[in-house]
Formats: sequence, structure tokens, C-alpha cells
Amino acid sequence: MSMVPNRTIRLTIFSAPCCLPVVRAALEKMCELVGFDERSAHGVVLSVDEALTNVIRHAYKGAGDQPIEIDLTVVGEGSDTAIRICLRDYGPPVDPERIKSRDLTDVRPGGLGVHIIKHCMDSVEYRPLDGGGTMLTMVKVVSSQKESKVP
Amino acid sequence: MTEDSPDSPVRGVRWSGSTVIVEVAGDIDLSVSSAFQQSLLKVLDRKPKKVVVNMVDVPYMDSSGVASLVKLLARLRKSGGTMCLVGVSDRVRNVLEITRLDSVFEVCATEEEAGV
Repeated sequence: MSMVPNRTIRLTIFSAPCCLPVVRAALEKMCELVGFDERSAHGVVLSVDEALTNVIRHAYKGAGDQPIEIDLTVVGEGSDTAIRICLRDYGPPVDPERIKSRDLTDVRPGGLGVHIIKHCMDSVEYRPLDGGGTMLTMVKVVSSQKESKVP
Repeated sequence: MTEDSPDSPVRGVRWSGSTVIVEVAGDIDLSVSSAFQQSLLKVLDRKPKKVVVNMVDVPYMDSSGVASLVKLLARLRKSGGTMCLVGVSDRVRNVLEITRLDSVFEVCATEEEAGV
């Protein structure tokens, strides 16, 4: 069984932490069907988890009843096959220039999510939307998985 | 037994001399990380010289769980204590590597290796 390209699976969740394991399970299975190895699949799952955590904590300030839309799509073909994940929230828009990784030599709690996302995914784009909220688009190419080693 | 929040992934706390062994189980993510941090910091009340966090039953951890461990390490270092992570899964190790904390934490395969 494999995934049909360009057919989007949409999950709509509330901004409650109890939804996170459900999204992880769905994504885990999708990564397996697309052909990611274990390490890359973990990177994709972890990235989406971190992104959702940021939405819950920062965009919605911990409110557990706000909507988050998650679109999962297999795009491309052959060596270009990739998974594209779009997260849409309806919180206050964030200036993409302000979303940055922090200095990892400073060993302290917090602020690691953006670094993890940028490390694990091949492309990451934050886009404030005219109607309010932010769209985060992340792409991971299946054939890039051998390059996703820790530096 | 512990008196932790029911959300806490800490399943048990054992003492061996001045070393405390904290047994953790289940996924550590945003839904439990606050309770996890409270449980970890609570073991410091009895001023252990060493904290061993047994993670053999933790299949998954996100950066909020990592933050809890970093906070514990910082508190321990202030008091001259040490800590060790035991039985980390490939996925937990991967998170530590991605965040470049694998060289900050002492990681042991077993409690015996950690000196318990």
C-alpha cells in the first residue's frame, strides 16, 4: 500500500495537548507508507509536534479550544517524492523574521522547537495570512533522509 | 510511590544511598511536561548527590521534556550534584543529538553502569 500523490489528508484538531499523540500516530503511519526511514520519520513527527506545541503555547496562549488545521500531502514523484505538511492557526499573526533558532551553546531550558524543525525538515516557511493567523509549510523529501544526520 | 500529579510520567522514585533513581514511563510531550518537571524538581528536596533518570520505558520525548531535564541538570549543578540518563531510546537520543545536548548529559545503558 502506498499513498496517492497530491491527495491531501486534512486533520482538524483543537489546540489541546491531548490531540498531539493522535497527530503523531497519523503522521507516523503516513511517513511509513511514503517510505521514510525510522530516523527521518521521527524527525518529521517531532517537527510537527514541536510546531503544534508552539501554536498552542504562543499563538493561542495555552487555550485548549482553538482550531488548528493540518494538511498532509505527498507531493512529487520518484526521487523528488516528499511529504508536505501545512499547519494553519488563527492566532495573532507572527512576523516570520522573528521566528529564529537560538544559540545552542547556551544550555538552558526552552526555545529548542524552531531549531528542531529547521534541522529536521528540508524547507520551512511561516506565512502570516490576510484573514488572520499563520500558515506554516514544512517539506521533507524522502530521498534527503540520508542527509538528515546530526552534524 | 510518589505523590505526583496523575499526569506525571514519573512512575516511581527509589533511593540507593545518596543517589535517587527516578523511573519514567510513556511519551513525554506538552501534555505531561509540566507535571514531569515538577516531579523531577521535587526529588531535589532531599538533596541527592546524584539523580539517575531511568527512561527505558520512554519511547518519545519532545523539546518540552528536554527542557525539564535541562532544568534539573542546572539545579543539580548549582548544588554540586550530578545526573545520568539511563536506557534512552533511539528517538530520545536523537532529540538530544539534534539539540546538541548529547554531550551535556551523561547517558548510560543501565542503572548498574550509572553506578547504582
